[in-house]
Amino acid sequence: MLTVWAILIDGFIYASWLFLVAAGLTVIYGVMRILNMAHGSLYALGAYAAASALGWYYADGGDQLWMAFAIIAVCAVAIGAVTGLAIERGLLRIMYGRDEILMLIITFAVLLILEDVMKLVWGTTPYFAYQPYAAMGRINIDVLTVSRYDLMVLVVSIVIGVGLWFWLERTRIGKILRSIIHDREVSKAMGVNVGRMFTITFMIGATLGAIAGGITAPIISVVPGIGIEVIVLAFAVVVTGGLGSITGAAIGAIIVGLARATSIHTMPELELFIIYAVMAAVLVFRPHGLFGQAVARKI
Amino acid sequence: MMKADRTELSLIGVAIAVAIAAQFSPNWLVFTLTLAISTGLVVMGVVMLMRAGLVSFGQGLFYCLGGYAVGLGGRFLGITDALVLIGLGVVATVAIAMILGLLVTRYREIFFAMLSLAFSMILYGILVKSHGLGSTDGFGVVDWTLLWFDSKTGDSANMALMLAIALALLIALFLNRYFKSSIGLACEAIRENEVRVEYMGISRQQTLYINYVIAAAIGSVGGSMTALAAGHVDPTMAYWTISGEFVFIAILGGTGHVAAPFIAALIFTLVRTYAIELAPNAWQMILGIVLLLIILFLPKGIWSLFTRKKGAAS
Amino acid sequence: MKTTQQRTIWQKTLLSTATSVALASAGVMGLATTAHAQDSFKVGFVTFLSGGASGPFGVPASQGAKLVVEAINEGTLPAPYDSVGVNGLQLEMVEVDEAGGPTKQVEEYRNLVQRQNVNAVIGYISSGDCLAVGPVAEEMQTFTIAFDCGTSRMFEELEDPKYVFRTGLDAVADNVGAARYLAETRPDAKRIAGIQQNYAWGQDSWQDFTLAMEQLMPEAEIVNNQTPQIFQGSYGTEISALQTRRPEIVHSSMWGGDMESFVAQANARGLLAQATALLTTGESGLHRFDGQAPNGTILGGRGPFGGFMPENDLSEWFSKAYEEKHGTPPSYPASKAAQAILALKYAADNSGADGVPSSEELAAALKGAKFESVSGTVNMGLAGGHQAVQPMLYGEYHFEDGQAELRNVKSYPGDCVSAPDGYNAQEWIKEGFPGSSCD
Repeated sequence: MLTVWAILIDGFIYASWLFLVAAGLTVIYGVMRILNMAHGSLYALGAYAAASALGWYYADGGDQLWMAFAIIAVCAVAIGAVTGLAIERGLLRIMYGRDEILMLIITFAVLLILEDVMKLVWGTTPYFAYQPYAAMGRINIDVLTVSRYDLMVLVVSIVIGVGLWFWLERTRIGKILRSIIHDREVSKAMGVNVGRMFTITFMIGATLGAIAGGITAPIISVVPGIGIEVIVLAFAVVVTGGLGSITGAAIGAIIVGLARATSIHTMPELELFIIYAVMAAVLVFRPHGLFGQAVARKI
Repeated sequence: MMKADRTELSLIGVAIAVAIAAQFSPNWLVFTLTLAISTGLVVMGVVMLMRAGLVSFGQGLFYCLGGYAVGLGGRFLGITDALVLIGLGVVATVAIAMILGLLVTRYREIFFAMLSLAFSMILYGILVKSHGLGSTDGFGVVDWTLLWFDSKTGDSANMALMLAIALALLIALFLNRYFKSSIGLACEAIRENEVRVEYMGISRQQTLYINYVIAAAIGSVGGSMTALAAGHVDPTMAYWTISGEFVFIAILGGTGHVAAPFIAALIFTLVRTYAIELAPNAWQMILGIVLLLIILFLPKGIWSLFTRKKGAAS
Repeated sequence: MKTTQQRTIWQKTLLSTATSVALASAGVMGLATTAHAQDSFKVGFVTFLSGGASGPFGVPASQGAKLVVEAINEGTLPAPYDSVGVNGLQLEMVEVDEAGGPTKQVEEYRNLVQRQNVNAVIGYISSGDCLAVGPVAEEMQTFTIAFDCGTSRMFEELEDPKYVFRTGLDAVADNVGAARYLAETRPDAKRIAGIQQNYAWGQDSWQDFTLAMEQLMPEAEIVNNQTPQIFQGSYGTEISALQTRRPEIVHSSMWGGDMESFVAQANARGLLAQATALLTTGESGLHRFDGQAPNGTILGGRGPFGGFMPENDLSEWFSKAYEEKHGTPPSYPASKAAQAILALKYAADNSGADGVPSSEELAAALKGAKFESVSGTVNMGLAGGHQAVQPMLYGEYHFEDGQAELRNVKSYPGDCVSAPDGYNAQEWIKEGFPGSSCD
């Protein structure tokens, strides 16, 4: 029985983290039909920015928890927005209208470049800003413990998820974006400034990725390469859930999270590829992912 | 059909020229060339799929299967003849490709890419878990023989290169005909508009399936060749970043000509080696910038440098 | 239409042949320009300069090596290495990134030897790379020192080595030492769990540890082993799984950022209050944990390296010089790299050669040698004189007032933790360590 509780708790905590990482990716794909491989770099940038800023803050003698969160938020949003803007305006804009796969390769090239840029800027020493994680303490349930920081991540992820959903479903900009998702050409014909919408979307997606990284920074040791590890996970969740769907990303994250937790607690041999097996299984029954829309092909 | 056309003659000519030039080249270049040709073979598989409009991030699956077939065949079955080992790899790979192809070729675009990636990573996971196969350390390939040549007594680097050139030439000649055959052309048609292809009575599923299996077989040969040349196999051969490299090289070369992947593979290998030497801390960035430049200025790949765009068919 | 195609194809042929020849000559010219004067000794140093292993291992190793190389060229090392250069020659070091996997490393090794014309190669942290490069080094007859890789298969796979040496210890030594330390300091522990990165190093380490525990602490029960992916970074679920098994000791061969993350997370979750962690590569975190590891955490340094270095002229010089230059005391990768460079100097100085020593002369000098290093005396006593035998040390982490130190350090002699020649290491453990003397 203990194991069942452990699986549920672990599964949802991991799912919330996965959702945070994948949300930005699915938003960008949904609107722009670009699978942004550089999303991993944005995650890493957010993590590095937050970790180094927290490092300065704590070295200076700071110890206010709320201040630490403010630092994370500000750093992540700043670096995400700026980098997102730079990439979209500087690079992607030139390439619109080209083959979808070329866009993917471009973002792959950006990933490679940013990996080394991060190494040049931050070096290779691990950044270890554990203080917020440790300071929040834990809750004891029998022999299990749950870190309060992980619970906070869960809450943040729910808030962001609901916020995204609300933004897309209820606000004007959200509706415009959904019209672009359905049919870019007709939206343009109706007077939508698609270019500006793209920029906004990309910046938001990038910022979400950076926030995911920033929030994860106190949990992990930030080293070169964390971006690359995260991309495939994010892809798998997004594809499982259906590209462009926030709900899909959330449900996909929950399924993957629970599957993984079950595997670790009961059948550790499967852990390495459970996520791919889940994705493949979902695709067999729902070829466009759980909530993906079958796109009418134009003849 | 019987007459060898200009492209084929030039391919044969280049192969002979390279083989001769290799005799006077330093050993490290011979080795690099062998690896580049093997990589080029795997990339040919990616190009075949790209011509049908599918991007595969899982070519590493077949690359790895080919490599491990060579390794396992030598170590556990005691086989030492290179051609037999390669054949073993092809048989195993085709068997698996025929099963996977039934599922995977029903998908397009990003779903095809992710599914192919998934299966490649599943193989990676299985190999990493198998402690008996050395897990991530992999294991060494035994000394191999080619027909009557022995790799221990002969010049093994040269022998590997000759084998690679021979295989590459044969496959290039085959693919040159294949691309012009009805299946090859049907693949390109599917990339343009698959619904119309279906209207014309050609089975998309069958065409893509056959294309997929052949691409897998070629990828396997590339993997086997790499194993024979490097003398080592390990699970990273199935990791998705290696498949990403193959896609990178495919884009670099373009899909225009049968020789493009080999040239692109050679350029990529040389650029990477020199980048690592000159800037060991920034070589990924250099590679990324090179890739960006190619995409921005030569979107059809390096091969488009050689073709007049004005009116000739590319 | 036909004529255009013909012309285009001829052009294609010409251009493609021209390209291949041009590329080939570029490569050959590259060869020519890197020939170097015969009054210096060129050594290639291969270590992780990118990726997850660069921060904790590759870069400190590179820094340690460079420090020693500079001192050699100036002649400022303490005795017995106070002569300038190696065999009087200036030492030139070229670095290569170990990233990319074994197949890539085989290629880079060949480039080092044939294109950059190095006289020797030192490096290799990853076991996969060592295993792949070993046979190639023998084939190319180049003096090669592996300084860190921990696979016990290295000299099992390489029969009768002539040119390949290893100045570091393998995972068997690490884990037999760990088991002995536990048996000595926590003999009443009954529930043992583990968490390893899911790849060869982690699997081998856990196997060696559990085999040794069966021999040394047969009453203890192995209750669980978690195998997260390498570079996973976040271990929430694994920690829960461990907690449900209520272990007293948690063994881990995790390293670098993963190890630090795990320790911080496990500490915050209270696992390290319930159990004591035993970290076989923990010394690399000695000055980084900052109290995140509870006092009493058991750390290993893969031998007498880093914080476990004995007090001698070389280690004191090295610690001081490294800390002056890099702001932190040297960790074990830096010490091990320094040791390999010292081995090279020893071999060169004792080769009896006139000018640049050949690989054969270097190998003959190092084979079976006993030389002084930052870790004390190194005895190249196994694998026919090619594998170092050194004591294995473990100690407890203690952090107070901002200072980290090792307490309760215990040392186990080399032949207590390493299998004698002729034994497969795992068989040696299963038979109860025949031929070992542990006092």
